[in-house]
Amino acid sequence: MGSKTANTIPFNGTAEQEAELLKVINEGKNEKGSLMGILHKAQDIYGYLPIEVQKIISNEMDIPLEEIYGIVTFYSQFSLTPKGKYNISVCLGTACYVKGAGNIYDKLKEKLNLEDGGCTPDGKFSIEACRCIGACGLAPVITINEDVYGRVVPEELDGILKKYNDAE
Amino acid sequence: MSNINIKINGIDVSAPEGSTILEAARISNIDIPTLCYLKDINEIGACRICVVEVKGARSLVASCVHPISEGMEIFTNTPKVLKSRKMTLELILSTHDRRCLSCVRSGNCELQKLAKDLKVEDEGRFDGANNEYEIDYSAAHMYRDNNKCILCRRCTAACSKVQAIGVIGANNRGFTTEICSAFEMGLGETSCVSCGQCIAVCPTGALYEKDNTTEIFEVLADPSKHVIVQTAPAVRAALGECFGMPIGTNVEGKMIAALRKLGFAKVFDTNFAADLTIMEEANEFLDRFKNGGKLPLITSCSPGWVKYCEHYYPDMIENLSSCKSPQQMFGAIAKTYYAEKMGLDPKDIVMVSVMPCTAKKFEIGRDDEDAAGVPDVDYAITTKELASMIERAGIKFTSLPDEEFDMPLGMSSGAGVIFGATGGVMEAALRTAVEKLTGEELPSLDFMEVRGVKGIKEATYNVAGTDIKVAVVSGLANARELLNKVKSGEADYHFIEVMGCPGGCVNGGGQPQQPANIRNFSDLRALRAKALYDIDVTRSVRKSHENTAIKELYAEFLGEPGSHKAHELLHTTYVKRSIN
Repeated sequence: MGSKTANTIPFNGTAEQEAELLKVINEGKNEKGSLMGILHKAQDIYGYLPIEVQKIISNEMDIPLEEIYGIVTFYSQFSLTPKGKYNISVCLGTACYVKGAGNIYDKLKEKLNLEDGGCTPDGKFSIEACRCIGACGLAPVITINEDVYGRVVPEELDGILKKYNDAE
Repeated sequence: MSNINIKINGIDVSAPEGSTILEAARISNIDIPTLCYLKDINEIGACRICVVEVKGARSLVASCVHPISEGMEIFTNTPKVLKSRKMTLELILSTHDRRCLSCVRSGNCELQKLAKDLKVEDEGRFDGANNEYEIDYSAAHMYRDNNKCILCRRCTAACSKVQAIGVIGANNRGFTTEICSAFEMGLGETSCVSCGQCIAVCPTGALYEKDNTTEIFEVLADPSKHVIVQTAPAVRAALGECFGMPIGTNVEGKMIAALRKLGFAKVFDTNFAADLTIMEEANEFLDRFKNGGKLPLITSCSPGWVKYCEHYYPDMIENLSSCKSPQQMFGAIAKTYYAEKMGLDPKDIVMVSVMPCTAKKFEIGRDDEDAAGVPDVDYAITTKELASMIERAGIKFTSLPDEEFDMPLGMSSGAGVIFGATGGVMEAALRTAVEKLTGEELPSLDFMEVRGVKGIKEATYNVAGTDIKVAVVSGLANARELLNKVKSGEADYHFIEVMGCPGGCVNGGGQPQQPANIRNFSDLRALRAKALYDIDVTRSVRKSHENTAIKELYAEFLGEPGSHKAHELLHTTYVKRSIN
């Protein structure tokens, strides 16, 4: 049905996070048009917007869950799945794309058994496509958290992933 | 409001200030085609089917939302306009499942009619990649086929604005946009109340009630079954529309004749059970009123409203009358009293009800609705489903003679028939409760304050020196507004009637669908309600407690209203539900 993959990672929200969210909601709930801002802050707090978080917002603000979900799925900056410990971003900007980034992206998704925006069940890796990150000279480029890999070829992907797998 | 002068297609037109171009054109007998527009419900100017040219405007404008101004020159059928509308429609058709022959809306589809009116010659002109959607069968009362959905948003507006529910909306964006519930839940998992108002406004076959007509033809052909039918008050006020009769025609007699021709052993009237409901509910009200019971008492005839209360106001379910709805009371009496009288095993009786309502399909499966140990009602079909059975059986409806209901469960008062319109239950209950309280005959039976299509009505009646404060609401957004006032203490009443659908059952989700160009310019609720009030005044008995068949039922079988037996058979329980 929906294009956004349903989350498979169990929700691990803490009492502190919830208290912070409730504070954010209480500050904005009587203001017209405050929902977008609250969703942004909620995503800052939790890293993503799972059903548990959307339900809190729905109940507290008396807005139907579907209305919130409709907004979350409309805007690409909102995520229904958490980021992994290592978030892989594959640049699909024009330069990277013509240099084979599409293939790199497919290979990575296949190796990690993920769809766009997904996160592995152990919470280690997540993957997403991004637009030009301004390193066209290094195309195709992927980033893993703050690490940048340029002129990536499919053969080196196993080695790159292993580094992070071995890290812990 | 003053009129202003405009020109439409070069001809002078005078129209009230504040009108839209669509409305002004209508005054000069031009019906501009629309698709997404529904007056007061969905005014988003999104589909671009209703575009017109306005002199001086940079581009074509959406006539449904564009207001007229003095001296405006409008052109509704230039080649540019016709070409634009047609291309817009062809683009919509490119992602539409065009298997029209087997579609439930074939012949009654707004999209199909537009394709004909706008002279689409190649419905596949823009065919390309397409989404395929699984049909959602999860709800008890309806299905959703998004392959037929054109994303007009009429259903989502009805759900969130008219009914204050909002369990459906648009998810995702662009090409993957679809009308769905949060997290792609099936409708049956959400707090959908089964009112069917989304179905009533859908222009295509994307939303439709679950159909039981084939099963009913099968049981009718089974000689081991005693198949009987009851018809709700509002059905007779709308069934004729399916056969080209004017909106608001009372077709009670023809409907009875058609049901006999279909082969039902007995044709009974839900109005009888409406009278019975009044006996029980008036008794319950007087008991709570005199003995300090939970007030306000809120009616429980509307299963959409009952489910809404369970989901959204679970702390108020004790305010709901414990009375089963008339449909369920009827089934309970049919499978006990009537079965006994006829010497039938309740298991061999098949109780079919014809209802203006889709939530009735949900209601028959509720817990505690099985007085004889078997479901009170076996099949609840809508007015539209009955029309389709009549068509399928080849019955020439408009030529049928008027026939009468079977007795005794076909006997009813004028109070029973007005149940189908908002305010009707309240008025019927007042006719009985006031006479019971005062012990005197009412000088006038007409409680005009609770009549009419207004969403929220209030009245205070001084009865035997005591003020009784009542409120009548229809449409769940109105119910929400009123209940919030009750909860906050801003308003207080003794007795509230709530109907889930705006205008009451006459405008139920199972009633014949009228296209937007009719809905936008006439009030279905008022037209159909009038048919019921007209029946009321012609009845010799207009008070439920004077219905002789009801008196007999109590004398022979139930004892007194509110008796132990009445409670066992005619009352039910409610559950708290969550919001999803």
